[in-house]
Amino acid sequence: MSQWLPIAELAAKVQTGELKVSELVKKSLKTIAEKADYQAIIVTLDERAAERAAAIDRDVATNKKVGRLAGVPFIAKDNFLVFGAETTAASNILKGFIAPYQATVINKLEAEGAICVAKANLDAFAHGSSTENSDFFTTKNPHDKTRVPGGSSGGSAAAVVLDMAPFALGTDTGGSIRLPASYSGCIGYKPTYGLVSRSGVVAMASSTDVIGPLTNTVEDAALVLDVMAGRDELDGTTIERETAGYTDLAADIKNVKLGVIKEFMGTGLAAGVKTQLEQAIKKLEAAGANIIEVSLPSLPLALAVYYIVVPAEVSSNLARYDGQRYGYSFPEAKNLDESYSKSRAIGFGKEAKRRIMMGTYVLSTGYYDAYYKKAQTVRTKLINEFNEVFKKVDFLVGPVAPTTAFKIGENIGDPLKMYLADVMTVGPSLVGMPAISLPCGMADNLPVGLQLMAAQHQDRELLSLAKAVEGVIS
Amino acid sequence: MANQVLYYYEMANITRDDVLKLARLARIDLSDKEIDEFAGEFSKILAYVEQLQTIDVTGLEPTSQVTGLTNVMRPDEIRDYGYQPKDLLKNVPRVQDDQIKANRMVG
Repeated sequence: MSQWLPIAELAAKVQTGELKVSELVKKSLKTIAEKADYQAIIVTLDERAAERAAAIDRDVATNKKVGRLAGVPFIAKDNFLVFGAETTAASNILKGFIAPYQATVINKLEAEGAICVAKANLDAFAHGSSTENSDFFTTKNPHDKTRVPGGSSGGSAAAVVLDMAPFALGTDTGGSIRLPASYSGCIGYKPTYGLVSRSGVVAMASSTDVIGPLTNTVEDAALVLDVMAGRDELDGTTIERETAGYTDLAADIKNVKLGVIKEFMGTGLAAGVKTQLEQAIKKLEAAGANIIEVSLPSLPLALAVYYIVVPAEVSSNLARYDGQRYGYSFPEAKNLDESYSKSRAIGFGKEAKRRIMMGTYVLSTGYYDAYYKKAQTVRTKLINEFNEVFKKVDFLVGPVAPTTAFKIGENIGDPLKMYLADVMTVGPSLVGMPAISLPCGMADNLPVGLQLMAAQHQDRELLSLAKAVEGVIS
Repeated sequence: MANQVLYYYEMANITRDDVLKLARLARIDLSDKEIDEFAGEFSKILAYVEQLQTIDVTGLEPTSQVTGLTNVMRPDEIRDYGYQPKDLLKNVPRVQDDQIKANRMVG
């Protein structure tokens, strides 16, 4: 049981004066300090959090109306620009970078009274599945300190499971919210591509990057999404929000057509994970869902598509770190070219270098058509297959990852093996559809995650189903 | 198409020289150790993504974005965010007279 009330209840008790915001912030910071050995947090924002808490407490005392998230502490992955702290993306090249502006989502959450208390660890620039690619330190799994929490939003997931705050923000490019939610044991929501503004968030791969919440319950995730979702003129890729919003969910499961993805339930799925998944699917069937096996023949190729498309976009997005305008700059460079090459050599960690160069390769003359264009075309094939499947079923269900959390150090020497952790999450990212990771029992004392997926723009419907599924399987 | 497939497999063998060329294009100085490691790793990663070459995509167009949005515009207006030049220059490595000082282009 979490020490935090559901978010809506917490904010309601702040509004009535029953709970003091300054106490909530203290409780959050105290938990962060007590659980520092998990290394989930890069920095805390004590001063700014205390000032904002006092301001809301004053508003309540003078009977002013406070927001829907009044006094609710939260933790942002350290690739969100937040006033009052460094934003490093867990990279050496951004060490010391003080945000001159703030992410749109942080502004929206603050406008409703939420308080950012800390910035969480990640794989540097969100490149990874374990937080081991952080240039600073590796976060530990809340259930087993010898294992990874998943990544790249591993600090955010661990922070929620360790009860440091009622919710955390993550980013998901190919599974970076869902995978750590699965490995660490919380809810992780990846919205439809474009539903949440990315203005003020460090870019990784712009055609799949999304922002989403990590929480204890589906309702909490829905409420946070409801505050964040919608068009933003500072992010030209944003789409309109659902007019009905994302809260007051019906929690329907009766007669819902749930497609079980054949390609994900076969060999390659760890026995313990498979058992938990099969038991959950049986429970969903007993609760009235109509279970239908479906096939997405190109889905096993999604990871190959992903590891062409994403490095290409990474190489482009990370070109801005040139040592001239911000970030690390090699002090003794003799000319501009040396300044670029040395600043980037020293500032970037190994995985960032690896992805920049892979991306450079697939985009370079002579290889562009063979790799990048081919991958983008297989992406179309994948999208078409998902569209076909959604004519037959309402939602898809499957695992989040083939295994439970792996040991720290186990995959670090083999990048391809590390990439395989994302094999079940990259499909929805390439298609731009929403997906959620829900805790689904334990295998060998480690959390297992169940993934639910819906067609693009079906966020409200997906959250509604997820709420029902949460009630059935937990 | 047949000779193209052969060409892909040849390319999957990444040499030290290939890595050096990429590092140069990407403006990253690499150590000798990094060059050796990346050569091996890139060959392996490329061998994995080669599986796409067998997929028939006749008649399909590439997808570069998934929103379907085109030409998103907003009015080109000057907005006052309340920043002073010094606020925006505080992250800059080298500043002179409120301007960003870059390294020499040549020499």
